[in-house]
Amino acid sequence: MDLQNVWFVLIAVLWSGYFLLEGFDFGVGMLLPFLARDERERSQMLRTIGPVWDGNEVWLVTAAGATFAAFPAWYATMFSGFYLALLLVLFFLIIRVVSFEWRSKAESRRWRTIWLWANAVGSFGASLIWGVGLANLLYGVPINSSGDFAGSFWDIFSVYTVLGGVTIVLLFAFHGATYLTIRTAGPLCERAAATARTLSVAAAVVGSVFLAWTVDVATDKNEKDVFPPVLPAALGIAALVLAVVLVYRRRSGLAFAATAAAAVLWTATIFTSLYPRVMVSSTGFSNSLTVDGAASAHYTLVVMSVVALIFLPLILLYQGWTYYVFRARVTGGEPDPEESAPEPAPPEAPPTVA
Amino acid sequence: MVPLGLTTVQLARVQFATTSLYHFLFVPLTLGLGPLVAVMQTKWHRSGDERWLRLTHFFGTLFLINFAIGVATGLVQEFEFGMNWSIYSKFVGNVFGAPLAMESLAAFFLESTFLGLWIFGWNRLSPRVHLATIWIAVAGTWLSGYFILAANSFMQDPQGYKIVNGEAQLTSIWQLLTTKWTLFAFTHTMLAGLTAGSAVVFGVCCWHFARRGNIELFRPAAKLALIVLVPASLLNLGFGSEFGVLVTDLQPMKIAASEAQWQTCTHCPFSLFQIGGFSASDPTPSFVINIPDGLSILATNSLGGEVQGLNEVNQSEQKQFARQFGRNQSYLPPVEAIYWSMRGMAYAGSLVALIAVLGAIFYRRRKLEQRRWFLWLAVAGSFLPFVATTFGWLLTELGRQPWIVQGLLLTNRANSPAVSTAWIVTSLVVFIALYLALLVVDIWLMRRYAGRDPRTAEPEHGPEAVPSY
Repeated sequence: MDLQNVWFVLIAVLWSGYFLLEGFDFGVGMLLPFLARDERERSQMLRTIGPVWDGNEVWLVTAAGATFAAFPAWYATMFSGFYLALLLVLFFLIIRVVSFEWRSKAESRRWRTIWLWANAVGSFGASLIWGVGLANLLYGVPINSSGDFAGSFWDIFSVYTVLGGVTIVLLFAFHGATYLTIRTAGPLCERAAATARTLSVAAAVVGSVFLAWTVDVATDKNEKDVFPPVLPAALGIAALVLAVVLVYRRRSGLAFAATAAAAVLWTATIFTSLYPRVMVSSTGFSNSLTVDGAASAHYTLVVMSVVALIFLPLILLYQGWTYYVFRARVTGGEPDPEESAPEPAPPEAPPTVA
Repeated sequence: MVPLGLTTVQLARVQFATTSLYHFLFVPLTLGLGPLVAVMQTKWHRSGDERWLRLTHFFGTLFLINFAIGVATGLVQEFEFGMNWSIYSKFVGNVFGAPLAMESLAAFFLESTFLGLWIFGWNRLSPRVHLATIWIAVAGTWLSGYFILAANSFMQDPQGYKIVNGEAQLTSIWQLLTTKWTLFAFTHTMLAGLTAGSAVVFGVCCWHFARRGNIELFRPAAKLALIVLVPASLLNLGFGSEFGVLVTDLQPMKIAASEAQWQTCTHCPFSLFQIGGFSASDPTPSFVINIPDGLSILATNSLGGEVQGLNEVNQSEQKQFARQFGRNQSYLPPVEAIYWSMRGMAYAGSLVALIAVLGAIFYRRRKLEQRRWFLWLAVAGSFLPFVATTFGWLLTELGRQPWIVQGLLLTNRANSPAVSTAWIVTSLVVFIALYLALLVVDIWLMRRYAGRDPRTAEPEHGPEAVPSY
């Protein structure tokens, strides 16, 4: 296998890792305003992802960086073409990132509400756009003969791609609920389990339709045979169905494994359907960007491969260790220093933020 | 739709400048405050002195408030190359992408994961392992800085590449990562980070002294800050001028522009302040204060050293690139902005060093807490390192113009053809509005937490009372 193919797989792996891990972070964020009954429960929910969300987001940073280094032409066309969509993603990610650190830093109701919604809206918006965006790589956008995006913002929205976004939102919310079921205790855990059941059927139905449709899009728009895209798609549908069964049977650990598998297989279906192309052109199929055409020269790929070979196992090791350290269920009964510590000064009114 | 008559390229430049300068307000603070917090925790770990634990929590909270926004705005930078500069990205991706990807794999994962462990690990990890997590996170931030600066260095002094089919291809990763420029830029930036971090710690301590706050608690912190601030700020003055000598060699245009030196000269004076003299048609200032031989010393390390003038460098570049870009392409950067950026950086940096030295003298004489005028000066002085780094980046990146990669690619030929002016204006408005709102909140939070008296906050909890959600 040539190195550019290795890197295509690696980028698919990075996106899968991002969806698997940040998927439940986004899910917890989206459920935040609905699942928690009071301030203590909101802290409880946030603490399940508190130690890990930042490390999880680096999977995205790495996916983008790896695309830049291994497929400069892909990076250039995708990022300039999806300009406004990425601007929205950045907006959502920024308000969400600061909400984690800032929410607990003041006490007023309004302040807490602002950052609660910043986290929820940020999680929802980013999930939606990632789903739409990745679906577009396969569904096709206008790309001209010099390999540049030649369309408008609205070209990225079609029934199929929007369904891709909706699928990701539902899937992540479901994934977040199964995560909360295994990471919390008490009434919140009960409610998370009930929410997982409610979301499961919708996620499974919409997800299955999208995955089946993806195989069709792959054959129709990307001149692929039904096999291999059908393989990850079928496995993805199986994982979703299994997840429904498992949440109803209250097998929370396995249910989480099933939603995690669904997030990975969603990504795998898109990337399997794409190969050997990385971005399909809707205006002239021959303008599509390919793995070979967009790749960096051999030397860069060798260097990057050595670096990835050394560091990816290390990253898996220490991120795995983090999950081990924080494996205990968050009960919500932990002392909350921010709230129990006496305040030196009467709280000032927080500034208004848009 | 072209507001203010700016072209698409100019708007893209404004956007990149705004977002990266903003990002770099938080970076030096993270780079500098991180190690100081780690030292505080180490001191607590070694001595068991509760004051150091409180200081760790106190400055750790300030660190985290800013870390979040640094991370968030860093993502914008990574996306922006592809969004606004797609031709550039295609041209340099082979080379420039490598250190960026290496940064995520080798450094950013480390920093983010271990910082999470540090924030939430107070009761779950043994004290020794927990102490290690902050040091590993700090090492991650510094390593991160190294890779980013290595990438930036390629734009200033491209090395380790060859041009194949109109694209730069990497020939030696080792050469790319170890250019003299990279090593200089890294040292200069890390010293600036330490200066910024320790100036903020010192400023906060002085603020508490001025308000007759918890003097017993903040005195050791002030001492620690001075131990870092005095050498870091002084060294960086000397080191910055050494860096200048390297730049004279690699980017003569940048040095000539930073002095508004139009003609090649020997025994060149350093102009401290001048009015006029910033354009080729008006090369002589109407008023100027000079230090004789000053520029020759700064740029070449010798009294009579020759410094090339703007006109000569421009002509030689015009000759060199005549075939590619025609004879009329001007290679002159925006001279006036560069001249003042250089001075903004140098004057702010010198003032910080002066405050540091005065602070150390007062501290030694045990007079620090009584010198009220000085305490307020030090509070104001804690903003100066950020003024210096901002001007420093303006000097570095404006001085490179009109090149986006020195000698290889022009900025006005490197932007994204797919991106319309309307898109850039939209994103510019969104970023400016969002960033301003975040800055207001950040300053409000910093003021609130920096002004908090740790005597009353978190009294009995010990290690439990940690910054968390």
